[in-house]
Amino acid sequence: MSLDVENFTPLNSLAGGLLIGMAVSVLLLINGKIAGVSGIIFQSLKAQPGKGHWRYAFLAGMVLAPVLWRLFHQLPPITVESDYAVLIVAGLLVGLGTASANGCTSGHGICGLARFSRRSIVATLLFMATAMLVVFVRRHAGWGG
Amino acid sequence: MADDNKHFLQTIAALVSGLVFGAGLILAGMANPEKVIGFLDITGSWDPSLAFVMGGALIVSVLAFYRARKQGDYAGNIIELPDTTLINKSLVLGSIAFGIGWGLVGICPGPALVLIGSFNKSSVVFVLAMLAGFGIHHTIAGRKSGQS
Repeated sequence: MSLDVENFTPLNSLAGGLLIGMAVSVLLLINGKIAGVSGIIFQSLKAQPGKGHWRYAFLAGMVLAPVLWRLFHQLPPITVESDYAVLIVAGLLVGLGTASANGCTSGHGICGLARFSRRSIVATLLFMATAMLVVFVRRHAGWGG
Repeated sequence: MADDNKHFLQTIAALVSGLVFGAGLILAGMANPEKVIGFLDITGSWDPSLAFVMGGALIVSVLAFYRARKQGDYAGNIIELPDTTLINKSLVLGSIAFGIGWGLVGICPGPALVLIGSFNKSSVVFVLAMLAGFGIHHTIAGRKSGQS
């Protein structure tokens, strides 16, 4: 194990985290809702006449953020898996998994932990450990391809 | 009329929240899956950035949830939050499944949306599959509780 000094961005990451925290606070204190993205997407798909506007607005904001960002700065580089098979399997697992667990990195990892929720602590430890194991296996145990 | 104003305020607030959340992810580097995987690669060349993102987010969120618990929302109304403490199979297996998916490509729901807005092709495939995953869960859960 070594520290990736070249890519480590302590200040930007901390600042980004503070912004995320502020976004969570706004949704909580003005809308009384938890900023758990998987849940918001999932629930927005179930037609709820008259009551779901805040979800569409929130999701629109997230998709629009990079569009507005681009008006002022270049977007940071994006390097992502290109193998469609892997993307499909990953997407299915993320969809199934977050729906079952009722949360993701924002729902459990930020909001749940911020409330000191036992469920979220367990969920977060599990998905973090699992994800780290998967990366280990793919990168260092020769299964990555 | 007050209800209309409140509805408008809440819709705008949700939009702003989404924009700021997305901006935070971009600034933090979390909209780059390779950087996320750099954090998950703890035995390799380790990039701790994600921990700093969560740290920053938690500093502010802890305060917000504390305020919410003590004094409710901006108008002092009680906020109803899920209060289940049940640690069951769904939570455990779901978290593991999510972890596998996240570990495979370094994309989770929030960053997926930002990637869509960045016109990233891979994210479109991922999100469609994720929606299918939601659908599968919805169908299975519906069958289990005896609904058609």
